[in-house]
Amino acid sequence: MSAAELARDGPTLHGPELAARLERSWSRDPGLLGWLATVDHKEIGRRYLVTAFVFLALAGVLALAMRVQLARPDQNIIGAARYNEIFTMHGTTMMFLFAVPVMDAVAIYLIPLMLGTRATSFARLNAFSYYVYLAGGMLLWIAFVLNVGPDVGWFAYVPLSGPEYGVGKRADIWAQMVTFTEVAALSVAVVLTATILKQRAPGMSLDRMPLFAWAILVTSLMVIFSMPSVALASGMLLSDRLVGTQFYNPTENGDALLWQHLFWFFGHPEVYIIFLPAVGFVSEITATFCRRPVFAYPVMVMAVVAIGLLAFGLWVHHMFATGLPRVGYSFYTAASMAVAIPTGIQIFCWITTMWLGRPRFDVPFLYVVAFIVTFVIGGLTGVMVASVPLDLQLHDSYFIVAHFHYVLIGGAVFPLLGAITYWYPKVTGRLMSERLGKLSFWLLFGSFQLTFFPMHLSGMLGMPRRVYTYPAGLGLELPNFLSSIGAFIVALAFVLFIANVFLSLRRGAIAGPNPWKAGGLEWATSSPPPPYNFAHVPSVGSATPLWDGPLKWMSGLRVDEKEMLLTTVVSARPDLREPVPEPSIWPFISALALTVMFVSSIFSPWAVLFGLVPLGVALIAWFWPKQLEPTAEPVIE
Amino acid sequence: MSDAPTFERDLADVPTSAFGSRSLTWWGVIAFMAIEATGFALAIGAYFFLMAHEHSWPPEPWLPPDLLAGTLFTTLIVLSEVPNTLAKHAAEKHDLPAVRRLLIVMAVIGAVLLVLRGFEFNSLNVRWTDNAYGSVIWLLLFLHTTHIATDWADTLVLAALMHTREGEEARRFTDTSENSLYWRFVWLTWLPIYLLLYWLPRWAP
Repeated sequence: MSAAELARDGPTLHGPELAARLERSWSRDPGLLGWLATVDHKEIGRRYLVTAFVFLALAGVLALAMRVQLARPDQNIIGAARYNEIFTMHGTTMMFLFAVPVMDAVAIYLIPLMLGTRATSFARLNAFSYYVYLAGGMLLWIAFVLNVGPDVGWFAYVPLSGPEYGVGKRADIWAQMVTFTEVAALSVAVVLTATILKQRAPGMSLDRMPLFAWAILVTSLMVIFSMPSVALASGMLLSDRLVGTQFYNPTENGDALLWQHLFWFFGHPEVYIIFLPAVGFVSEITATFCRRPVFAYPVMVMAVVAIGLLAFGLWVHHMFATGLPRVGYSFYTAASMAVAIPTGIQIFCWITTMWLGRPRFDVPFLYVVAFIVTFVIGGLTGVMVASVPLDLQLHDSYFIVAHFHYVLIGGAVFPLLGAITYWYPKVTGRLMSERLGKLSFWLLFGSFQLTFFPMHLSGMLGMPRRVYTYPAGLGLELPNFLSSIGAFIVALAFVLFIANVFLSLRRGAIAGPNPWKAGGLEWATSSPPPPYNFAHVPSVGSATPLWDGPLKWMSGLRVDEKEMLLTTVVSARPDLREPVPEPSIWPFISALALTVMFVSSIFSPWAVLFGLVPLGVALIAWFWPKQLEPTAEPVIE
Repeated sequence: MSDAPTFERDLADVPTSAFGSRSLTWWGVIAFMAIEATGFALAIGAYFFLMAHEHSWPPEPWLPPDLLAGTLFTTLIVLSEVPNTLAKHAAEKHDLPAVRRLLIVMAVIGAVLLVLRGFEFNSLNVRWTDNAYGSVIWLLLFLHTTHIATDWADTLVLAALMHTREGEEARRFTDTSENSLYWRFVWLTWLPIYLLLYWLPRWAP
């Protein structure tokens, strides 16, 4: 068979016959083995999403437990030690097992669809990352259930987490959970970066890329340059605890502040790693529901890039209370205030888009409005605590707790819930109930303010964070009681949201490919999309191709083999045809081998050495090619 | 849908393999290099952070590492760039016999480097448990050793693969070329670490 005779899509092969043949090439084996071996980004994205929401629910239950304990003064429902574990688990789960992975989930599912490609880059690495993430989450939660959960706070400061004070295995579990989630997040970052740079549909030059893709590109680069820091820091913590290194031990001229620098060099960009995908959600939703592209696209892109860069210059503002040189205070105050500028520009661009457009106040758009209100409040308290004298007053108080919940829930969770409502019909083929959606939205928006606004007050009245109780008579009773009431209503709103998700799976209105009449490529394929995403390669001439009239296509990809198109980095001209990896069980087995190595290395350093053997075998089996290419290919220039 | 969609272009003549930034593998390797380079940069940052706490470097009464093993290692790893470049060029010319030969040379060099590295650990004159100085120089050497070992394993697998029929496949030449690119990263990152481990303790007051 020559290259010319290989089956390809095109004028002679399209429609149902093409769909059936592509389905054969792209679908995976049924059964458990096929399920574990899948490399379909949509399946992996869905698994990430479901898992992240399970962790959200678990961490949410812990939040409720804390609010019960704090509802009234001098209570002893939860003791001090258990309370330490609970707030540690809550923060750690929310940051490492919910916030970052849930953004990855949406990106893994949507980015290839938005770019008009059939798969992500490195599809097996993508599958591997999910299993590693799941193993890390299970390590943390199984340890908690076995009463060896970490109790040192989500940033695990030394010396509290070091060998002198952090006795037992609690801190080791925390540190190794970090290793798991960093491996997963870094893998996803590599996958998404390569996908966004190399797999955009022909014609989708960088200046026509959806703003969500820009946000994810910058986020992925931030992951690449920040997460090694926490992996290094937690590796050093583990080795201090396990093999007696002295990195953080001041008596041997180590330094506890080294931990804080390394942690926050990751920890501050982390905030924007969670926030920037939300910027992408908000931009996509605003454009669709205002019926026009987001105002000042180049300015929006520059703002996203500027936030990505500035985020690396702020970490020391978490350390104002440790004592710094004067010039350090000035520099980091200025940098912290500077990041408000690109963020403010974005807010004004969205408001202008609404002003110029014809907004339709459906549930996804309501979340955008709630985001703007809530995030601006959180941003303003952020500017307040960027000022050193005020920060020294408010540091480690409930004011900070209020600030970061406004920023993280207002800035990321509201847009996320809007995004889920918005893209739900793409994933499931049905729309979520608008009535139930509005009910849960208003309940959540109101109860969020009820829960977290009083924390500003309790913080200013002097209530420190992370205390398991407080005395009566200091004026803390009312704000704490209100927060506790609010927290339960927040939980009710989430239950309604999730109920809507499940009920709409069966009862929701049939969506069709483009229920919102949106402009992006993800709406050009059926809902839910077939395993190969697009039967032909879409070709685009603007940032909102579906608003330009009928879509144009390119043909000629292989039909009986999994194949996708690579394009050039800047202008997205067709460049290479690339085979897509077949499903493989080896990423799962590799993740399993890695898990055995990581978990046993908590107990013995030798596990690192012996654990490498099965891991190496699994990785070689993963990468070893399974079949020769048909002789008619490749086409060589 | 019975009507054919509008097709602008047929992509059947688009090639299926290329070298450098056109290939997906290259982007994967670059991304992992960025991750690892960040790790090295931060570990080097930690080195200077801890150095600032000491009056002398290495702290009294420890001696700087002995020079012999590390210097031999450095000489060999810099020289390894010659067969490495030859392997990269051979891959880009699809010269399978040369690729097979040179990958074996690189695998042997990797093995010798790992042995020399063992002697290096033995000549640091400090243990990781002694003080923060000892911890951080063990850390730098350990981090770099993981890279030598990873690339050595990768080279072994690739050398074996190129000796099967798979080696005739165009994409395997791309793999070989990117493996060479990664080796450049491994030896280039070694140079600053060599200075920090062996020479800065001799130059610092």
